[in-house]
Amino acid sequence: MVPFAWIILVSILLFALGAIALITRRNAVAALMGVELMLNAANLNFVAAWRYYYPDHLDAQVAVLLVITIAAAEAAVGLAIILNLYRRFGTVDLDQIRLMRG
Amino acid sequence: MNIIFYLAAAVAIVATLLVVTRLNAVHALLYLIVSLLAVAVVFYTLGAPFVAALEVIIYAGAIMVLFVFVIMMLNLGPQATETERGWAEPELWFGPALLCGVLLGEVIYLILRMPTGTTLARVGTPEQVGVALYGPYLLGVELASLLLLAGLVGAYHLGRRAPHEEPGGGV
Repeated sequence: MVPFAWIILVSILLFALGAIALITRRNAVAALMGVELMLNAANLNFVAAWRYYYPDHLDAQVAVLLVITIAAAEAAVGLAIILNLYRRFGTVDLDQIRLMRG
Repeated sequence: MNIIFYLAAAVAIVATLLVVTRLNAVHALLYLIVSLLAVAVVFYTLGAPFVAALEVIIYAGAIMVLFVFVIMMLNLGPQATETERGWAEPELWFGPALLCGVLLGEVIYLILRMPTGTTLARVGTPEQVGVALYGPYLLGVELASLLLLAGLVGAYHLGRRAPHEEPGGGV
């Protein structure tokens, strides 16, 4: 059995890398990928906690299902917003998009 | 099972690193798919095959196809890659990376001293998760479906071209 700490460590690393992607990437699509990575790391955390501490309850798996649902809805709306930005500004570079009104 | 976990976790982390460092959005996306698949393997080794299947079908399948389509429609050129390159300067990275490395070391130290949990009963087959979803967690399923509906309507509304807008027009 893998020590719990290693799984949490993997989860932390994935979350941190997702946050780095979200903060540093200037491409809006890549920033959205960072958000997906962070949600995914949260999923890993849920499953690890379920497996090691609450193996008799299925709460974590249901929570993972909800997180995946949120990720899907977020990706759909976020990508629609990015397409709108591209239509208005002709770029998805987050540094060049400065005005809320097109 | 242990070696599988370590290998999959290593692949996930390396692929995620490459997601962050690849300047080309399509390359980053391909590494992201690799990372999601590796995390699905991790879920499987942890004894959650249902979640692993969801991860592959919804994340690596549906959501990533959405990303691929949007990148295709945006038609990003080499100039977008150049913009990202400006952010890869080492001197910009050194200070924050050092500080975060110290924090990471502290976290590693703390969690290695944590007591490990108990071993488990065999819960988590797709059947059991399905029964739980349509039993005690029915409200959660309904909320998820409402959220998906809201996302669908929102994405459609945002993606619709306004009638007065000329095709392909920018500012």
